[in-house]
Amino acid sequence: MNRVKGLLSATAIVAASSAAATELEVMHWWTSGGEAAAVKEFADAFNASGNTWVDAAIAGGEAARAVMVSRLTGGDPMGAFQFNHGRQAEELIEAGLLRDITDIAEAEGWKDIVNPSTLLDACTVDGRIYCAPVNIHSWQWIWLSHKAYEDAGLPVPTNWEEFVASAPKLQEAGKLPLALGQQGWQQRGLFNVLFAALVSNDVFMSVYGDKNVEIAGGEDVAAVFKAAETARAMAAESTVQNWNDATNLVITGQAGGQVMGDWAQGEFAMAEQVAGEDYSCLPGLGMTELLSTGGDAFYFPVLEDEAQVAAQTELAKLMLKPETQVAFNLKKGSLPVRGDIDLSTANDCMQKGLKLLSEGALLPDTAMLNTPDTADQISTLFVEFFADPSITAEDAQAQFVTIIENAE
Amino acid sequence: MVDVSPSTLSGPQGPKPRKVISRRNIFLYGTLFVVAIYYALPLYVMIITSLKGMPEIRLGNVFSPPVEVTFAPWVKAWSEACTGLTCDGLSTGFWNSVKITVPSVFMSIAIASVNGYALANWKFKGADVFFTILIFGAFIPYQVMLYPIVIMLREMGIYGSLGGLVIVHTIFGMPILTLLFRNYFTSLPEELFKAARVDGAGFWGIYFRIMLPMSVPIFTVAVILQVTGIWNDFLFGVVYARPETYPMTVALNNIVNSTQGVKEYNVNMAATIITGLVPLTIYFVSGKLFVRGIAAGAVKG
Amino acid sequence: MSNGRPSQLFRNKSAKIAAIPMIVTALFVFVGGTAWTVVYSFTKSGLLPRLKWVGLDQYERLWSTNRWLVSIENLIIYGLCMLVLVFVIGFILAALIDQKIRFENTVRTIILYPYALSFVVTGLVWQWILNPDFGIQSIVQGLGWESFAFDPLYNADIAIFGVLIAGLWQGSGLVMVLMLAGLRGVDQEVWKAARIDGIPAWKTYIFIVIPMMRPVFITTLVLVVTGIVKIYDLIVAQTGGGPGVSTEVPAKYVYDMMFRANNLGQGFAASTMMLLTVALVVIPWAILEFGGSKNRG
Repeated sequence: MNRVKGLLSATAIVAASSAAATELEVMHWWTSGGEAAAVKEFADAFNASGNTWVDAAIAGGEAARAVMVSRLTGGDPMGAFQFNHGRQAEELIEAGLLRDITDIAEAEGWKDIVNPSTLLDACTVDGRIYCAPVNIHSWQWIWLSHKAYEDAGLPVPTNWEEFVASAPKLQEAGKLPLALGQQGWQQRGLFNVLFAALVSNDVFMSVYGDKNVEIAGGEDVAAVFKAAETARAMAAESTVQNWNDATNLVITGQAGGQVMGDWAQGEFAMAEQVAGEDYSCLPGLGMTELLSTGGDAFYFPVLEDEAQVAAQTELAKLMLKPETQVAFNLKKGSLPVRGDIDLSTANDCMQKGLKLLSEGALLPDTAMLNTPDTADQISTLFVEFFADPSITAEDAQAQFVTIIENAE
Repeated sequence: MVDVSPSTLSGPQGPKPRKVISRRNIFLYGTLFVVAIYYALPLYVMIITSLKGMPEIRLGNVFSPPVEVTFAPWVKAWSEACTGLTCDGLSTGFWNSVKITVPSVFMSIAIASVNGYALANWKFKGADVFFTILIFGAFIPYQVMLYPIVIMLREMGIYGSLGGLVIVHTIFGMPILTLLFRNYFTSLPEELFKAARVDGAGFWGIYFRIMLPMSVPIFTVAVILQVTGIWNDFLFGVVYARPETYPMTVALNNIVNSTQGVKEYNVNMAATIITGLVPLTIYFVSGKLFVRGIAAGAVKG
Repeated sequence: MSNGRPSQLFRNKSAKIAAIPMIVTALFVFVGGTAWTVVYSFTKSGLLPRLKWVGLDQYERLWSTNRWLVSIENLIIYGLCMLVLVFVIGFILAALIDQKIRFENTVRTIILYPYALSFVVTGLVWQWILNPDFGIQSIVQGLGWESFAFDPLYNADIAIFGVLIAGLWQGSGLVMVLMLAGLRGVDQEVWKAARIDGIPAWKTYIFIVIPMMRPVFITTLVLVVTGIVKIYDLIVAQTGGGPGVSTEVPAKYVYDMMFRANNLGQGFAASTMMLLTVALVVIPWAILEFGGSKNRG
C-alpha cells in the first residue's frame, strides 16, 4: 500500500487508523452470486489493510435505497454505500450529507487514470468529487446461446437483423427467440439498447441529452419503436421476472438470446460457460458497436469519527487500485475504470468491451442523462407496451414524446 | 362419527345435528374436506418442494412428492445461505427477530391494553376523537410514514436503536389492539367496575387487580396477532434497525429476492417455512385459545 | 350509564395520564405524519423531502398517469371482491365448523394457518401454483385434459383475480375465526327459541344471529379493510404488478414513486389521495360508531 505517497494530512490520518482496526459499515445491494463474489474482493482487500469491512447487503435496489436515504436523513449514516452514479445522488450532495473526496481523488491522480473521464464527471458536482467509480457497465449487449442455435440447426447470428430473421426457425424448434424479464427496467433497457444500436448516435443524444421533442417524435425513433414491436413478438412467450432467470434460459439453451448489460457475464461465468464456445456476445447488437459507460460507484457519507473518516479514505483509495480493480471486475463481469491495467486474463467478451473502450466508441449512460423519475416513466411505458400487443409502436412513441417533453 | 360429547362452555353452539350419516353430514364434511385441501395445498407444496433437489424441481410438477428426500435445502437456508458476504443463513437473524419481537410485543400490548381500558371504562372528553384518529391511522400505508418517523426518531435521538424499532412497532400495533381491548373491556360486567370503585380502587388498582386477571383470553389474542405481525415485518426492521440487529425477514428477503445463478426454489421454500415456524407453531399450539379469546372479547361491544 | 362512576375531574386525570401514549401517537404520528405528507405533496421533493413548492403539479400528473388510474381500478375490484368473499367464506366456514363437527381443531387450524405466513411467502407459493408451466394447469393437462387453461397470473385481464385467490387464502382464516368466535358468543337460548318458533336455520343466521354479532363484524371489517387498502407485499411477491400494469395497486405506486423514481412529491400526492379517501369513509363512520354514548355498557 502506498500510504506514503498521499498528501501529508491524509497520510497522518491513515497512519493513525492503521493502529487499531476500524469497523466500516458498507451498504450495497449486490446479493446475487457473481455480485457477492465481486464485492468480497473489496472486503478482503479492505480487511487486509487493517480495517474491518462490516457488510450490510440488502437484496433489491429499491429497498436498499429506502434504507440508505432513511439512515442518512435519520442521522445514522453508514460508512460507505453503493449507488448508481449519475443523477440519483445529486440531492444527497446538495443536502451536504456526502463527503467531498476531491482531496483523495487528487492525491491518487484519479483525473489521469480514470477512463473514460465521463465516469468521474458523473461523480462531480460543482467541481468537487463525491464518489469513487468502481466499474463500467454497458448495456448494449446481446447474449446468444450456442446450444439453442445448434438444437435448431441454425448458425449463431452475428447481428440483430440476423437474430430477428432466425426467430421463426427457433420457435419451430421449440425455443424462445428472445428471453426478457418482465420488469420495467429490463424492458426499458432493451428499448434503449435498440435505440443506441439501430440509429445514429446523434439521434440518441438529441432525444436523451437535449430532450428534443421533434426528433423524439421523428422517423428515426419510429424505427426503434418498430424494432421494439418486433422484440415484443419475439419475447411474447417469456414469462420470467428476474433478469438472471432470463439469462438462465439462454445458458440452458431454452432461449436464443437476451439483450442485457454486461453483468449477465457473471451468470455465464458462474455456470462455467466459455465465451465464444458456449455463448456469444455482440456489443451494440452487432449493429453499431459502441458502449454506454454507466456503472457503480461508492459514496461516503459525512462522518465525525476520525478513525472512520480515515477508513473511508483508505477504502476509496483501495477501490481504484489496479489489483482490486482487476480482481473485482473479473468477478463482476464489468470493465475496470482505469485504462492502464492489464486485463489479459479477461475473456472474449470483456476483451471486446475493452477494445471499444480504448477506441472511445462510447455513449453516456442513460442514468447520467435522465432523472430516475423520467427513467421510471419510460419503464412504465414499456411495461405496458411489452405486456399488451394492442399498443402499437405509434401509440407508444406518442407517449414517449410526452415523457421527453416533460423531462428535465 | 356418532358420539358428540356434551359440549363445554365454549363448545359449538350452532343448531344441533341429528342423524349421523345424513345428507346434511355428507354435505358438511364433504365441503370441509374440499376447503381443507384448498387451504392445505400451498403448505404441502412448500414442504415437498423444500425436500427436493434442484434437478427434480426443474423437471416440473410442483405437486409430486420428492423421489429423493434431501434436507440440504433446510441446512442451507438455516446456516449457509448468503446475505451479501455473511453466509450464515437465517440463524443470526433468528435471534435478532426474537430480540425485536419480545419487547415489541410486550410494549405494544401493555400500552394498547391500558388505552383500551381507559377508553372503555374511563371515558374522558375527547377520548373518541383520539380513538377515531387511531382507527384512521390503521389505514395509513406504512411506506408513507417512513420518513416522518425517521425524522421523529432522529429528533428523539433513538434512530437506529432497538428502542426506536420497539416504539415503531408499538405505534403501528396500537390501532387494532386498542380496538380489540376496548371492545373486550366494554364487554366485562359493569358491576365489577362499580364494586371496585366503591371499595376505593383507583385507575391502576382496578386495571391490575380486576381487569388484568380477567383478560387472559384477549391478551392471548393480542399476543398471537402481534407475534405474527412483528415476526413477519420486513420494512420496519430493515429501515429502523441496523445491520447487526436485522431481523430474520431481512435475510429471508435476501435469500428469496436474489438469485445465485439459478433460483433455488427448494432453499427459498425451506427458508420461508423456517421463518414462518414461530408464528405457525403459535397458531398450531394456541388455536383454541385464540378462538376462545376472541369469543370472550370481540363479541359484545 | 355513568352514574356510580367517579367524578368527571378525577377520572379524567388518571385516564388521561394513562392515555398519553395514545394521544401522542394519534397527534404526533398519525395526524402529524399525515399533515407532513400532505404538505410535502405540494412540493417538488425528489430523493429527499424539500420544501420547493410546485402547487398542484403533482396531483395533475398523478391523475393523468394511466398507471395510477389502473391502480385505483384494481384496488376497487380487488377490494370489493375481497370484502364480500372474505366475509361470505369466513362466515360460511365458521357456521359449518360450528355444527359440532369432529376434528374441529384440525379443520380450524388448517384454515387459519395461512394467516401466520407473511404475504411474501403467500405471493411466492401462489405464483408457483398458478404458474401454467408447472402448477395446476400443467397437472390438469397432464391428467389428459389437454385444452385446460388456468393461468390467471399471465393473463392481464384476470390477473387481479389470481391475486385475489392468494389474498383470500391468506386472509379468510382470520375472518373465519372471528366469525366463529362471534357465533360462540351468541346465547344458546336464541337457537332454542328460534327452533321452537320453527324458524329455519338460514333465517335465524341472517335475521337474528348476524345482527347480534355486530361488534365482531366491525372488528373484522376494520382488519380486512385496512389490509385491502395497504395491500402491497402480496402484489410485489406474486406478480410484481404485472403482466404489464394489470395488477398495480395504489400502495405500490406510492412505494415505487418514493423509492424507485426518487420522486417523493409524487408519492406523497398519491398517498394523500389514498388517505383522503380513507378519511372520507372512516371519520363519519367512526363518529357514528364510537362517538355516540349509546354503545357504552
